[in-house]
Amino acid sequence: MSAPRPAGQPLVEVRDLVKHYAAERGWFGLGRPRPPVRAVDGVSFAIGGGSTLGLVGESGSGKTTVGRTMLRLQEATSGRVFFEGSDVFALDSGRLRALRRRMQIVFQDPYSSLNPRMTVGETLREPLKIHHLSGEVSSLLEEVGLDPAFAKRYPHELSGGQRQRVGIARALSVEPRFVVCDEPVSALDVSVQAQVLNLLADLQSRRRLTYLFIAHDLAVVRHIADTVAVMYLGKIVERAPAAEIYALPRHPYTRALLSAVPEPDPRATKRRIVLSGDIPSPAHPPPGCPFHPRCPHPKKSERCRTEVPPLREVPPQSGHLAACHYAEQPM
Amino acid sequence: MLRVRDLKTYFVTEHGRGTARAVDEVSFDLYPGETLGIVGESGCGKTVTSLSILRLVPEPPGHILPGSLIEFEGRNLLALPAPELRAVRGNQIAMIFQEPMTSLNPVFTVGDQIGEAAIIHQHLSRKAARARAIEMLKLVGIADPEERVDDYPHQLSGGMRQRVMIAMALVCHPKVLIADEPTTALDVTIQAQILELLDRLQQELGMAVLLITHDLGLVAGHADRVVVMYAGRVVETAETTELFDRPTHPYTEGLLAAVPRIDAPLARLHAIPGQVPAATAWPAGCRFHPRCPYAWDKCIAQEPPLLETGVTGHAARCWLVTEPERRQAKR
Repeated sequence: MSAPRPAGQPLVEVRDLVKHYAAERGWFGLGRPRPPVRAVDGVSFAIGGGSTLGLVGESGSGKTTVGRTMLRLQEATSGRVFFEGSDVFALDSGRLRALRRRMQIVFQDPYSSLNPRMTVGETLREPLKIHHLSGEVSSLLEEVGLDPAFAKRYPHELSGGQRQRVGIARALSVEPRFVVCDEPVSALDVSVQAQVLNLLADLQSRRRLTYLFIAHDLAVVRHIADTVAVMYLGKIVERAPAAEIYALPRHPYTRALLSAVPEPDPRATKRRIVLSGDIPSPAHPPPGCPFHPRCPHPKKSERCRTEVPPLREVPPQSGHLAACHYAEQPM
Repeated sequence: MLRVRDLKTYFVTEHGRGTARAVDEVSFDLYPGETLGIVGESGCGKTVTSLSILRLVPEPPGHILPGSLIEFEGRNLLALPAPELRAVRGNQIAMIFQEPMTSLNPVFTVGDQIGEAAIIHQHLSRKAARARAIEMLKLVGIADPEERVDDYPHQLSGGMRQRVMIAMALVCHPKVLIADEPTTALDVTIQAQILELLDRLQQELGMAVLLITHDLGLVAGHADRVVVMYAGRVVETAETTELFDRPTHPYTEGLLAAVPRIDAPLARLHAIPGQVPAATAWPAGCRFHPRCPYAWDKCIAQEPPLLETGVTGHAARCWLVTEPERRQAKR
C-alpha cells in the first residue's frame, strides 16, 4: 500500500485526454473516409483524495468515455492519466491489474452489468478470489444496506435499487481508493435514488473514497460533488467548486442547463432559457466555440464562430474556469 | 370531458404466481382544456391506467374488470364496439409515448406516418395528407418541413422524433392528449423545448392533457391538478399549488422530500425506506404502511378511503386526515 498522500494533493489527475473513434467508411469500406468522432477532445482535471468531481453533460458530451478511458476499459487516443502518481496509460498488463483493485466503476444499469447466472454471493466473491483478498460477502452486503441473506439470490430477484447496491458492493469488495460512478442513480425511482445517493455519501466518508460522479442531472450532482465540471461536445466548458457553479454559473450552456431543471415548486418564477436546435454530432463539431450555434448569449459575435475559447479562470473567484469569450458579462 | 371510475386492470402473471392488481379502483376526472398530472414511481400503475383508457392493454395477460368505467363524451369507452373505439382512438383521444424510436415505424417516412391518421379518420387524399403532415411538422417546430417530411425515423435526432410523435398525435386535433412520460428519454435541454412546445400547442388547440410522469418537477411546472398514485391506488389528489404547499399523504410528502433540488439549502436527501411491493401481493390495510413513518395499528388493519382534507378538491387516502395530531407527535 502506498503512503497516504498529503492533503491537497490530487489522487487522480487527467491531462489533455483525447478519445477519437475512427468512423467506418461507407460503401463497405470503399467510400471516402469519414471524419472521426471526437468523443473526448482535450479534457483535463484533478480530483483530490476523498473528494468528488461531478462530471455533467447531455448525451454525446463524452462524459462516460472520460470515465472509461481513465480506467483503461477503453484505450485513449492521447493524453495522460495519473493515479497516486503513477502513469496509468504506461502500465503493463500485470501492473494494470494491480491498479484495477484501486480504481473501480459502478455502472448505470446494474442489471446488464451483473451476470444473471451468478448469485449475488458468487458475484461478490469473484473479485476477492482474483485479487486474493479475504473480504467477507456478508459484511459487504451489510455495508451497502442489504441483508446477508441476499447472497443466495439471483439478479432477477432483486429490485433496481437492490441491484445497484450489489453493483456498489462489488466495486467496494477490492477496497478501491477511487470509484467512477457512471450515472449510478439515473435508472432508479426518486425515492430509491435518494437512498443510493445517501449510501454513496456515507461510504465515501467511512472509507475516504474519491469519486468521479458522472451524471446528466445537475440537481443530483449538487448533492454529492465538491467540484463540478460541465461537458459539451467532448470538452469541459465550465469547472468550479460546486457552491460556486450553482450560485454563479459563467458559461451560457451551464446557465441553460440549470434553468432547464424542472423544480418541484409550482411557484418557481425562474427564467427558463430554452435552447434552440439539437446537440451537434461530435463527428462534425461546429468551428470556433462548439456551443455557438445554440448559444443565447446577447454578446455572441463573429469571434465565437471562429475562435475556440480556452478554458480559463474567470475572476473574482480563483478556481472557477469557463470556456466562453464573454464569461464575465451577464446574460 | 373524461371520467374514469373504479378502473381495475389486472394481469395474470406467468407461472401461475397470481394476479397482479396493477390498477385497482382508480377514479379521476379530466376537464376540458386542463392538464392533469398523474405522478408515481415505477409499478404504481400510471402507465397501465393510460393504456386502459384507450383499451391498449394486451389481453391476455391483462384484463379490465367489469364495473370499470371510462366515460368520454357520454359513452363508456370500455363498452364500445371495436369500430367505434377506433374512431375515437388517435382521432379524438391521442397518445404520445416515452420512447419515440419504438413507437415510430422504421420503414415508413415521417410524412406517411403523420398523414396516416388523417387519411383514416378524416378521409384526406394522399396529397392532402402530405400537405397536412408538412403543416404539422411546421407546427411542432421542425426546420425545413418540406424536406423532413420524406425522412425516415432513423435520420432524426431524439428530440426531432419526439416532435414527430407529437405531430402524429395532434394531426386530427384531438380533444384529449395522453402524454406518457413524453420527455423522459430526452436530454434536459431538449426536454425543455418539448415541454414548451406542448404548452404552446395546448393553448393554441385548447385540448385537455393527461400528463403521466414520475417527475414532480414536470407536474409542478405544467399541471393544473395532480393525482398521485402508489401501488395501483390513487393516494392523493389536489390542485397543483395546494398539493405542493400541503402534501398530506406521507408518500407524497416523502417523494417531495426525496427530489434533489438546485434551489433549496443543501441537506441530506430524505429517502423513503424499503421499496414498492409487488403487484401480486400488495400489503394488507394501507398499502403504504410498511414504508410509512407514521403508521399505527389502524393502518395495518384497515385501508383508508380517499378522505377530503377540507380544502376543495384535496383528498388523501390516509387516516392522518382524521387524526392529524399523530403527524405533529411524530415531528
